[in-house]
Amino acid sequence: MANTVLTGGLDHRLDQILERFKRGEWVKALVFPMLGMLAFLLVWQFSADRIDTSLGQFPGPVQVWEQVKGLAEEHMRERDREEAFYDRLEKRNAKKLAADPNAVIKERQYTGKPTFIDQIVTSLLTVAAGFVIANLVAIPLGIVCGLSAGFYKALNPIIQIFKPVSPLAWLPLVTMVVSATYSSPDPLFDKSFLNSAITVALCCLWPTLINTIVGVTGIDRDLVNVSRVMALSPMVHVRKIVIPAAIPMIFTGLRLSLATGWMVLIAAEMLAQNPGLGKFVWDEFQNGSSSSLGRIMVAVLAIGLIGFMLDKFMLSLQRKVSWDKNALLR
Amino acid sequence: MNKRYLDITDVGIEFDTNGKKFRALQKVNLQLDKGEFVSLIGHSGCGKSTVLNIVAGLYQATEGGVCLEGKEVSDPGPDRAVVFQNHSLMPWLSVYDNVALAVDQVFRKTMSKAERREWIEHNLRLVNMDHAVDKLPGEISGGMKQRVGIARCLAMQPKVLLMDEPFGALDALTRAQLQDSLMTIQAELGNTVIMITHDVDEAVLLSDRIVMMTNGPAATIGEVLPVELDRPRDRLALAEDQAFVHLRQQVLEFLYAKQAVRKPAEPAAVSPPQPPRLAAVQRSGDSDSPGDSNDFEAA
Repeated sequence: MANTVLTGGLDHRLDQILERFKRGEWVKALVFPMLGMLAFLLVWQFSADRIDTSLGQFPGPVQVWEQVKGLAEEHMRERDREEAFYDRLEKRNAKKLAADPNAVIKERQYTGKPTFIDQIVTSLLTVAAGFVIANLVAIPLGIVCGLSAGFYKALNPIIQIFKPVSPLAWLPLVTMVVSATYSSPDPLFDKSFLNSAITVALCCLWPTLINTIVGVTGIDRDLVNVSRVMALSPMVHVRKIVIPAAIPMIFTGLRLSLATGWMVLIAAEMLAQNPGLGKFVWDEFQNGSSSSLGRIMVAVLAIGLIGFMLDKFMLSLQRKVSWDKNALLR
Repeated sequence: MNKRYLDITDVGIEFDTNGKKFRALQKVNLQLDKGEFVSLIGHSGCGKSTVLNIVAGLYQATEGGVCLEGKEVSDPGPDRAVVFQNHSLMPWLSVYDNVALAVDQVFRKTMSKAERREWIEHNLRLVNMDHAVDKLPGEISGGMKQRVGIARCLAMQPKVLLMDEPFGALDALTRAQLQDSLMTIQAELGNTVIMITHDVDEAVLLSDRIVMMTNGPAATIGEVLPVELDRPRDRLALAEDQAFVHLRQQVLEFLYAKQAVRKPAEPAAVSPPQPPRLAAVQRSGDSDSPGDSNDFEAA
């Protein structure tokens, strides 16, 4: 029994799904969510028809779908243009070289407007950067706090004070500090990117930190005693006992942290003018065309969908890393 | 033979819980020979585990001390390996890796990689667990887990093996099997063992001496009963053996007549000796370490 669960994780899951299908549970699995979605779309369309704004009527599902197609087309057009630009550049350079082998070749970057897809990519990169920075600090710090009561007592007030601070409060400070300290003629990152990433990091540090502390302090005393009896060195103790034992809580923290980071990012990008989804929403709002509300709504849905997928990604990562393959993760 | 292989001298301990002092042990004296098997028996809460934890170095005695081979020990170490009641295997490590964690730590410098592998496998064979080396603890039964826990301790080649109710959480049949295994292993390796138990039969069957503790607070050693039964011992034959029955009777008398658990309002002198309540007390779990509340608390 235990063997089948272990060896055929995927097969087993597939079997379970098929089994459910046979038992008619697909009604529950598929029909109910669809009914819910349908009801939501109807309510949305119905209320959208009744809201008039200075930018025209509030977009319903149909108009938003039009905008999705519009944004996709825009993206394709922009890509074609970019390709054509590099084509031309290459031809021109080739011609130059043919005429004079010693000619100085100019490498130009295409400077088109970022499309919706580009902005999603930027946002993902920014949130990833912030998330990584935050957790490179949070996990080790959490482990140290969890192991040492004194360290925890020293740090706890600081955690409690900074935990509830909004990203919008951090942003001006981060902006000024980055402007003052990060200046190079050929910067590796945009300042706006750094501002957003650091703001995200400052906000998504806390969930991982707190959950790691809880996970580490909650280790079974007997396991700690086993480690003491074996006289494991602190490093081996952390590696072989503390981290595996705290992994479930660390992952709970990481998932909360990523969700917080993604939420914070949009606000940060709006203000920092980092070319991501937040800026897209802000620009559309400033733009004030008749299609703006529809496009913002597309962004809202994209933000939600990506947030959901990020969480699913973390969950599958947790499944992969966790030693307890039978644990119920949700 | 050196009479003072392990020497517990005048050990006492006082716990400080929220400013309130609680004296758990007082003047505990016990000497062990090399290769001797001693059981600690007593009512729940009398501080048996505390004695064991002091020997292990997990608690620090308030007064007195423990000497092993003439050297004082106060920190935990692999020379005094502990088998815990609930096996305490790392659930994320396989059976093999659990033992390997101990072996790599203790013999890192003295054994080659191949030697260590052989040694790990040898110890798992000793407890008949060589068939499940790649299983995780969650995939094997409670008795098997405890076997691995014992293998892990044996593999450290401890000078003293400390066992804290090793078979307390197991069913009667599995317990009997493990007791037999333990007797075989001890006959072969000659380990020095201190074992805590609630089970009178287990104590008589396995021990060279049974140390009976008085009730806490300020518990100490009440009586020491030498068990002079020939080894190897056979549980079936012993069940009808007069000497065995008599020893068993003496332990029961200590527990239920001399150290009967007093009811709060009743002074001890008035309390009549209680009839043996075998089933009720033998299996009662002993999760009573007064030090728990003293440990590091997370806010």
